[in-house]
Amino acid sequence: MANLSIYILTLLISPILIAAFSPENPTDRRILVLLDDLSLRSSHSLFFNSLQSRAFLLDFKLADDPSLSLQRYGQYSYDALILFSPSAERFGGSVDLAAILDFADSGHDVIVAADENASDLIRNIAAECGVDFDEDSSSVVIDHISYAVSETEGDHTLIASDDFIKSDVILGSTEIEAPVLFKGIGHSLNPANSLVLKVLSGSSSSYSANPKLKLFNPPTLTGSSISLVSIVQARNNARILVSGSLDLFSDKFFKSSVQKAGSSTRYGKSGNEQFVTELSKWVFHERGHLKAVNVRHNKVGQSEEPAMYRINDELEYSVEIYEWSGTTWEPYVASDVQLQFYMMSPYVLKTMSTDGKGLYHVSMKVPDVYGVFQFKIEYQRLGYTSLSLSKQIPVRPFRHNEYERFITTAFPYYGASFSTMAGFFIFSIVYLYHK
Amino acid sequence: MEDSSLRYAFGNVLCFFILLLIGLLAFSIRLFSVIKYESVIHEFDPYFNYRVTQFLTKNGIYDFWNWFDDRTWYPLGRVIGGTVYPGLTLTAGTLWWILNSLNIPLSVETVCVFTAPIFSAFAAWATYYLTKEVKGTGAGLAAAALLAMVPSYISRSVAGSYDNEAVAIFALIFTFYLYVKTLNTGSLFYATLNAIAYFYMVCSWGGYTFIINLIPMHALLCIVTGRYSSQLYIAYCPLVVLGTLLAALVPVVGFNAVLTSEHFASFLVFIIIHVVALAYYIKGILSPKMFKVAVTLVVSVGLVVCCAVVAVLVALVASSPTKGWSGRSLSLLDPTYASKYIPIIASVSEHQPPTWPSYFMDINVLAFLVPAGIVACFLPLSDASSFVILYIVTSVYFSGVMVRLMLVLAPAACIMSGIALSEAFTVFTRSIKFQFPGISQSHQIDAGDTSSEPSGDVIQNVVKTDKIDEPVKEWPSRRNKKKEKENVEKTSKPSIKSKIEKRLMVLPLETSIISLCLLVLLGAFYVIHCVWAAAEAYSAPSIVLTSHTPGGLHVFDDFREAYAWLSHNTDVDDKVASWWDYGYQTTAMANRTVIVDNNTWNNTHIATVGTAMSSPEKAAWEIFNSLDVKYVLVVFGGLVGYPSDDINKFLWMVRIGGGVFPHIKEPDYLRDGQYRIDSEATPTMLNCLMYKLSYYRFVETDGGKGFDRVRRTEIGKKYFKLTHFEEVFTTHHWMVRIYKLKSPRNRIRSKTKKSKSKSSSSTNLKRSGTRKKNPWH
Repeated sequence: MANLSIYILTLLISPILIAAFSPENPTDRRILVLLDDLSLRSSHSLFFNSLQSRAFLLDFKLADDPSLSLQRYGQYSYDALILFSPSAERFGGSVDLAAILDFADSGHDVIVAADENASDLIRNIAAECGVDFDEDSSSVVIDHISYAVSETEGDHTLIASDDFIKSDVILGSTEIEAPVLFKGIGHSLNPANSLVLKVLSGSSSSYSANPKLKLFNPPTLTGSSISLVSIVQARNNARILVSGSLDLFSDKFFKSSVQKAGSSTRYGKSGNEQFVTELSKWVFHERGHLKAVNVRHNKVGQSEEPAMYRINDELEYSVEIYEWSGTTWEPYVASDVQLQFYMMSPYVLKTMSTDGKGLYHVSMKVPDVYGVFQFKIEYQRLGYTSLSLSKQIPVRPFRHNEYERFITTAFPYYGASFSTMAGFFIFSIVYLYHK
Repeated sequence: MEDSSLRYAFGNVLCFFILLLIGLLAFSIRLFSVIKYESVIHEFDPYFNYRVTQFLTKNGIYDFWNWFDDRTWYPLGRVIGGTVYPGLTLTAGTLWWILNSLNIPLSVETVCVFTAPIFSAFAAWATYYLTKEVKGTGAGLAAAALLAMVPSYISRSVAGSYDNEAVAIFALIFTFYLYVKTLNTGSLFYATLNAIAYFYMVCSWGGYTFIINLIPMHALLCIVTGRYSSQLYIAYCPLVVLGTLLAALVPVVGFNAVLTSEHFASFLVFIIIHVVALAYYIKGILSPKMFKVAVTLVVSVGLVVCCAVVAVLVALVASSPTKGWSGRSLSLLDPTYASKYIPIIASVSEHQPPTWPSYFMDINVLAFLVPAGIVACFLPLSDASSFVILYIVTSVYFSGVMVRLMLVLAPAACIMSGIALSEAFTVFTRSIKFQFPGISQSHQIDAGDTSSEPSGDVIQNVVKTDKIDEPVKEWPSRRNKKKEKENVEKTSKPSIKSKIEKRLMVLPLETSIISLCLLVLLGAFYVIHCVWAAAEAYSAPSIVLTSHTPGGLHVFDDFREAYAWLSHNTDVDDKVASWWDYGYQTTAMANRTVIVDNNTWNNTHIATVGTAMSSPEKAAWEIFNSLDVKYVLVVFGGLVGYPSDDINKFLWMVRIGGGVFPHIKEPDYLRDGQYRIDSEATPTMLNCLMYKLSYYRFVETDGGKGFDRVRRTEIGKKYFKLTHFEEVFTTHHWMVRIYKLKSPRNRIRSKTKKSKSKSSSSTNLKRSGTRKKNPWH
């Protein structure tokens, strides 16, 4: 379609064309994993194996590897980044805070995991994405009510949380039954920030403090405002996962059984594996990625697309929307896709009907106002990439010969003028020749 | 008799060639701009007219009529066909079409550039005919020669100044000529032509309202002074009826021709003239006694009707918010109106009242000749000369209100001065001739005259001059009837008496010769001034600027540089925001969509842009983003000393913006009532978008001083960064600066700034240390 180039498809913003990661195939392929210690590779092998089994190519590097670099010849060599290096003060090679942010700003995905030893670098990366870890570097999340029951009484820093975000797109359609084990630091989000979401939040009894010290002042982070795991979807649809616990991804937590304090049910296996796997699918664009193609509009009864409409024209607009399933584009079905006919404000706002095969369709009447309008679709739903299409279309007034030739209500005037003409003609003849 | 007809023939041939030369002069004096600069369209409005003409030649007249332009006034668009005076465009388009069908392949631009000079030649010829109708051939030739080079008119019609006035002045004078011609002849043919000429004027320029008010005024004057005649009726009524019908055909005028109060005067006089005509008719068929009865009847009925009409008019006028007058017309009647209520009109320099020097600059010695011309018009007073007097009086008033209307004054001044000059020359040469009979004889011999005695010849001469004056119609009124009788007596006693009379009016020889020399000198000064004005003052195209320095000639071609950059480096559908002055040029030269342009039809939209320019960066970004603006263009003269830049226009942006959005307040931008941009300036001023876009990185140019050469001061805030805009292009002399709106941040940073790690802060320190000179790079 020649028209395709006109559409501003924010979801397709990807300046670099890599075979693995392209608008047509948005799932990441090559992932760089930065570790503090290569032993993490084995202690978190279940997570890595699940990624590899989904055909991701993992490249394990130490965080301070001097040969580290994200780009080669101006092209990114990776599609995504996993930072399992909470204590790294600085990265090796050419990678630094700015390089990682640029990586995300050019549309790539990042998973950041921190723990109680989180360095300033990791905290800064999170802060740049709108996630504030507790400023007190020694504090961890403590919950004396919904902690995970274990053999030793402990200090209740191992938390069993089941306060998930309610979104099938992010966490998959099968419900996570067992609570998720979490041990690490908490963070808070600015409520005004619309790009960042809590995926796993602390219970109302949790707080963030140093378990070894006595608490003198009330903790700054308390209750359900504590977020344990958060996700960010940037405006260019790059996805970032920030977790306050590195252990969340570990084999140990994956396999361990879990019993929430005060609850009698004991699950043989924690929810961690399902939670992390589903979340990683979302982060790496295996789910929740929309595209809109074949935008068409025409006058009712015509097939070709006009360059300009006239006021009060009847027109039809259609668009196809697909969702990426990880391997193929599936039709996206929803009943809330709306089309705006927009000039500084929407003049027409209509919900589009779908045929269930991805085609959305609406017909409308152009308002009685001329100007430069836009067909606009602003579709932003939780977990999905944002879809914003706009196409400029001028609307002109009537041409001089498109008005009605005779108006019924004006017939008296027509009669008056013609009778005057006739009368004058007769009068002239009489006056001039009848003497 | 034969020799006199031979003399007429010679006179006519001579006259023809003089007119030809005058036309040539009018054309060629306007070519300075092409020779000194290049064949290019000037200024602002001509670019729009040029663009419209291009559209017309490409798409034909119907598409032009129905043209909805989606590239200006985004996102409102503009219905060009219905809001433009099509006369100029159609004229140039027709010219181009004729030339092309004659296989003369000129570009549209060339035709547009030379339209104005061609029409100023026409205007000179029209002036000749008009003045000839008033005071004879001699005065006509003098007036035409004066008009051909009057600086006021040159300023609007140099080659490249492709604006409405270029053809409208010709149309104006030609309409007046036809009106006077109809008055003198009483011919319905000329009356019809007059209506058509008026139609052409309506097509060309909004100044047609001057005609439709001046002519009724003159008709009324004639009626009031008891000079009603059938000629007046024929000259006036067809013009109003046909002219109004034709004017209503022009889309931009439409129903305004009968609805707005600018046109009401003509209808009122139309009614009055009919009442008067009826009165004269009834008087003719009734006996005096019956007539008196009829008069009382008619007067009482007429009064009632008039009262009713006036009441309806008052009600109509009062019901409209501006009292039925458009802002520009109101500011004509009350010169302070515009500056009080309509900043957008007051902000245009050509809508300001002129200063005294501008009279001397624009009409020069004519200012001194005009009174003499007026006196000459009273000797004797005819319908035609009273019209010219009325014309000069009203146009002097209007020119005092608006500089722009000097243009209307110029032809009137030329006509008056032409009459004055020609009368003066007649008197002086006659005096010389009387005292040197031999000269006149030799003249006549030179002219091929073989006739007899010199004395008789002089008498013949006198008679001849009388004959020339004959077309000047005496007022056929009661007051003059006695005089007429005397005249009859006079003519019955033959020429000796008139000869004696003439002798009495003869001036001494020396005085005549000296006066003649002085007049010639005056004319020479006028010519020198006009040529200087045409060459130096009025030929600059204003898109290319030059300056003479000891180092030589400098050319500033920044505007075209910037527009070329826009057209080559931005997307076709990108929107460019700038102050409205540059709207026409941006659409015509850069072919990019603009938000506002020089057709200031939507005050709110302009106020929106003004508000954005006077807001801080973030608010401005939001306004521009809501209008889909991609680029912002500002004109900045601080580096080269170009005074008409955006900083100098900025207060108008504040005023216009504040007129619609009250949170913009003018006092916030002024320190103690003074407009300044130095360190004393208010924080609002230093933080507004216009200041930032103008002075961004300015301090780099002169090593840390930041000296503005227009305001002659150091700027107040030298080092600052832009957060929502980025500079994408600045022209060679920094006269045009183009900024791009940054897209919204990809991520939203958290509010609490994390304590920077030691390592990063140290590198930051290093950075700022090494780059002290350019802190923003």
